[in-house]
Amino acid sequence: MGPLSLDLTVQRRSFDVALVLALERETVALVGPSGAGKSTVLRAVAGLVRARGRVTAGGRTWLDSERGVELAPEQRSVGMVFQEYALFPHLSVRKNVEFGRKGQAELLERFGLAALADAKPGELSGGERQRVALARALAPDPAVLLLDEPLAALDAHTRGEIRGELQLLLREADRPTLVVSHDFEDAATLATRVGVLVEGRLRQLGTPAELVASPADAFVASLTGANVLHGNARRANDLTELELPTGELIRSTDRAEGDAVAIVYPWEVTLSRTPPDDSAQNHVAGVVASLVPVGNRIRARVGPLTAEITAASSERLGLHVGGRAVASFKATATRLLSESRG
Amino acid sequence: MRRAFHVALWGCAALGVAFLLLPILAIFLRVSPATLAGELNNRVVLDALAVTAKTNAIAIALLLLVGTPAAYLFASTRFRGRALVLTLLELPLVLPPAVAGIGLFAAFGRTGLLGSSLDVLGVSLPFTQAAVVLAVLFVGSPFYLRTAIAAFESIEPDLLDASRTLRAGPARTFALVALPVASAGLGAGAALALARGIGEFGATIMFAGSVRGETQTLPLAIYAEFDQNFDAALAIGALLVIASAALLLLLKLRLPWARSASISPFSAARSTSP
Repeated sequence: MGPLSLDLTVQRRSFDVALVLALERETVALVGPSGAGKSTVLRAVAGLVRARGRVTAGGRTWLDSERGVELAPEQRSVGMVFQEYALFPHLSVRKNVEFGRKGQAELLERFGLAALADAKPGELSGGERQRVALARALAPDPAVLLLDEPLAALDAHTRGEIRGELQLLLREADRPTLVVSHDFEDAATLATRVGVLVEGRLRQLGTPAELVASPADAFVASLTGANVLHGNARRANDLTELELPTGELIRSTDRAEGDAVAIVYPWEVTLSRTPPDDSAQNHVAGVVASLVPVGNRIRARVGPLTAEITAASSERLGLHVGGRAVASFKATATRLLSESRG
Repeated sequence: MRRAFHVALWGCAALGVAFLLLPILAIFLRVSPATLAGELNNRVVLDALAVTAKTNAIAIALLLLVGTPAAYLFASTRFRGRALVLTLLELPLVLPPAVAGIGLFAAFGRTGLLGSSLDVLGVSLPFTQAAVVLAVLFVGSPFYLRTAIAAFESIEPDLLDASRTLRAGPARTFALVALPVASAGLGAGAALALARGIGEFGATIMFAGSVRGETQTLPLAIYAEFDQNFDAALAIGALLVIASAALLLLLKLRLPWARSASISPFSAARSTSP
């Protein structure tokens, strides 16, 4: 299975979507806010919307505006999983999967769909529908796999499990795969590289770890789940001090001058009832605005910061919504990014 | 005061229902069921039934064959003047049947727009069964087209796109996805067109005449028998009431299914669970 390479522009009413990307046999996720043009990229690769530029996949040219090449969707070799799966409601699971190519008994078996082969899509659960959609897309052995928000249509409580399942299936599929998601966590689980798309442009492309370690800007940082605090930075001794609009000072080992943002991840923030006497340079006192359980952790909102702590710690501290707490984090865990004025 | 208003509401409702049902009941109550059944063996009734069945079957077949692809085009393509074309398609719905009759004459009659061209081909339409078919087609097709366009428009676009990425070209996508998914809506449209076609009177009597065994359909036979054999006219009336009621029932039973078949699998899930 050859690589997928694209260099395309799609004209839209509000802004153009322009993207250059090359994929080996790997999964790349495009994340970004809704309306950023993520789905448009997938539809352009599939040939479902008109685009200009070049798309080659599996050693064949699908689109080359300069040479006047533009293959219809049925002439390209794409497997696409649509946002709400778009299963054919009048066909059984077997006929859905075999729509693109007959004789898929082995595939049905491998996807755990053999027992459901005669069921209609309307009788399936969300996770089952997703597997049917993926099996249907893979049946003709496409050169490229495209998935549009494959987890968005699922209930929150089944989502985590199905995400793991999908990760395995995508690894087995072993071909250039482009996934679109609005959720960084979903993207980071499924993909080896994540591209952040904002208003039709790629802001940053890298492994999930790279995006978390050095986000290109405040938007990428907040997308990856970081706390983003805006303020004014100046050098103070060996450190940089960022003065927040509230007058509080955030210290960081990074350098910045003028308008800047401090970026700190929720798992770097500790909570206490009174300012602790420890090595952390930054202490922000505030009212506990919310306590949300996430798995075995609690996500606590204190003043302008979100902290992730264990349920046990939360209980020991006696945290309650409306009470006061101090959020602490180290200057070495605080990234600074300069912000261009205006 | 409140009680009086309540009584007034129920009074109006009862009056309305009685007024609408009385003429229909009268057809069945005026003479005995045995007489009605006996009149169905009347030569005139049998001839009219045959003409009606044949002409409507041909008209519906033509309508499905040409109207379905046309409706698909109107539903899936945006072009300049589309709204105008769709509005013009509905014009026969509000047109008086007599206008339809005179219009068909002006177009296809001997001295009509296409009359001389048809003459050259040795075809003369007025007062033939073909004229009945044209009249039925003219008044019935807007019903089918409207419903069919709506049925195709309500297909989730992703379904058609999914078919294309699964290597089905536009024609295969139409045949394998669009037609079956819209089938309930298409059936409903055909039933509406058939109901209108069977009852067609004005345009037919002007353009095709009322020749027994040739162009005399059931509604025309009612009119012809009205002062000849009132019982036969009643029997035909009863027959048409039953046919119309059957079509109405078919529509009512099929439509809930039509709603769930064409939309997303999520709402389909709700309606298929018992």
